Amino acid sequence: MKIQLELGRLMTKRKISTKQQKRPLYDNPVSKWIDKRLPIFTFIRHSLDEYPTPKNLNWLWNGGSLAGITLLIMIISGITLAMHYNPDPADAFNSVERIMRDVNYGWLVRYIHVNGASFFFILVYLHMFRSMYYGSYKSPRELLWIVGVLILLLMMATAFMGYVLPWGQMSFWGAKVITNLFSAIPFVGDSIVHWLLGGNNVAAPTLHRFFALHYLLPFLIVAFVAIHLICLHQFGSNNPSGVEVKKAQDQIPFHPYYTVKDLYGLAIYLLVFSLFVFFAPNFFGEAVNYNPANPLVTPPHIVPEWYFLPFYAILRSIPDKLGGVLGMFGAVSVLFFLPWLDRSKIKSAAYRPMFRPLFWVFILNCIILGWVGAKPPEGWYLIVGRVSTLYYFAHFLVVLPVVGWMERPLTPPASISDHYKQKHKRQKK
Amino acid sequence: MIRLFAFLLLFLSAQASAEFGAIPPKEKHWSFQTPLGTFDRAALQRGFQVYKEVCAACHGLSHIRFRELSALGFNNKEIKAIANDYQIKDGPNDEGEMFDRPGIPGDAFPDPYPNEQAARVVNGGAYPVDLSLIIKGRENGANYVYSLLTGYKDPPKDLVLFEGKSYNPYFEGGQISMIAPLNEGQVTYSDGTTATVDQMAQDVVTFLAWASEPELETRRQIGLKVILYLIVFSLLMYFVYRSVWRNVK
Repeated sequence: MKIQLELGRLMTKRKISTKQQKRPLYDNPVSKWIDKRLPIFTFIRHSLDEYPTPKNLNWLWNGGSLAGITLLIMIISGITLAMHYNPDPADAFNSVERIMRDVNYGWLVRYIHVNGASFFFILVYLHMFRSMYYGSYKSPRELLWIVGVLILLLMMATAFMGYVLPWGQMSFWGAKVITNLFSAIPFVGDSIVHWLLGGNNVAAPTLHRFFALHYLLPFLIVAFVAIHLICLHQFGSNNPSGVEVKKAQDQIPFHPYYTVKDLYGLAIYLLVFSLFVFFAPNFFGEAVNYNPANPLVTPPHIVPEWYFLPFYAILRSIPDKLGGVLGMFGAVSVLFFLPWLDRSKIKSAAYRPMFRPLFWVFILNCIILGWVGAKPPEGWYLIVGRVSTLYYFAHFLVVLPVVGWMERPLTPPASISDHYKQKHKRQKK
Repeated sequence: MIRLFAFLLLFLSAQASAEFGAIPPKEKHWSFQTPLGTFDRAALQRGFQVYKEVCAACHGLSHIRFRELSALGFNNKEIKAIANDYQIKDGPNDEGEMFDRPGIPGDAFPDPYPNEQAARVVNGGAYPVDLSLIIKGRENGANYVYSLLTGYKDPPKDLVLFEGKSYNPYFEGGQISMIAPLNEGQVTYSDGTTATVDQMAQDVVTFLAWASEPELETRRQIGLKVILYLIVFSLLMYFVYRSVWRNVK
């Protein structure tokens, strides 16, 4: 306890102010020499130590750094798996089993990678819902949001191709169903499918190219994450009050305040992640995918991974094949226009009495879509799916513009500091 | 939390199997299904005996090598003896010929048929699947396989079975190509356990669950340590977080 207090005292000794004196970060002549030619230490100081951050961020603002760390975990575990994996239809399934059984701690690496994918999507969806609730996509952060949606698209492509690699029954049939969607495109559809698959069917060329692309795309994601961060650092984080920074007291340096908060968040996150990796590693998976791919036997239900289910539901709700494909891609593409569809000047839903309940209706609607996506497209499921699909698009194209126009928002706090004080008082009581 | 997952899994799988025209499997307590559960070593050895003397006639176990049987409690000498009982196809030798030789601990269990077509011809068109992943590859696998093995019945009066099929309500569609594989006293257990159908089914399911996830016990032991470590780490980080933020007003 004493050590802990001492540590805390040392860390809080610095003045809480963003206007820090330009103290030399390094006395070491080697560091000086390097920094003059490659300002790496200046850069680190600028983006951690001096980076001013609103002081009222809540726990939902942990999502971004956690997603970044998960991306790193995925790349490291993925490269390790690639050292032992064989992308040949005759051996792919067996090579994954060799990783599980023969490679030292191969089961650990693979279960981290498999569950990491699901956790990545959980984090990114939470991250996006947070932006929607607090209006983080609004001016001046429109490009930050758009780059984020691009990252989501890249993640979806990566995850889809990654799921094909173990070459189980669901890998094979999932690949077949999804690539076949492109045949709905008029005139060039069949040629596109042929080009995607490298032939007429999901076979060796498909598996080889999916492996190559599954290895490539994560590095593209890294590049887009860098752009995402540059956009972020331009204006800094949004915050739960939705009010922009007005005075110096509104902010605190990122380090140490948010580095320790992110570390605490990381510890809790790893705890939950480990519960799945070690005690329920196949929770998110389909048992049927532990059967080798068989082009002659179609599984009774072909379902994608859980993170694609809402989009799969939209695909199947539209009774026309091309319409379904357009609907599915439209469901993601509509997000690009979100900053201009939401007409309200007020960012945070906390001060938007009409939008707030409708936000939760939207979340509920997404969950319903996910549930319908896992069910066969018949009877009531089909009807619920169609209503939910319609509402999904209505939320963006009708609800958001109309609410922005009709709503009488409450008055947000005058500044971030005021918001922080209010919150602090409430907690103390 | 894990119970909740287990419940959800059971619920979902029960729903899934109901949709495909099979009745939901019997729910049984398995020692290896609790969060820190392990395999019962005696059951593993008995289950291996059932696999070797009954299942292996038609079903492969290609992902398991003889040496891995040490996890069941066999010593090196016993494993060599077990491997030696199998004939492994090897070669080509210097004359370019394939030849059979007795197994060594590094060999995997040989498949009972040279290829899928050969298996189908002998089994009325059906293909006896490899059992290495049978428990992992089925929803609620342990209960499903156990129910299947103990679930053979006389067909309902209005049901006409196809030629060569047996009635088993736990199997999708109710008509299965595998004839009831276990009969009372079919194996003689060396530990004196009575070889009832139920006992043999339990034992072989335990063995096959191990074959599906040989890492299960190690995974849980490491997992426990990781979780304990992360709990301490979280607490420390919480205190650091609180004391760093103490002065933010």
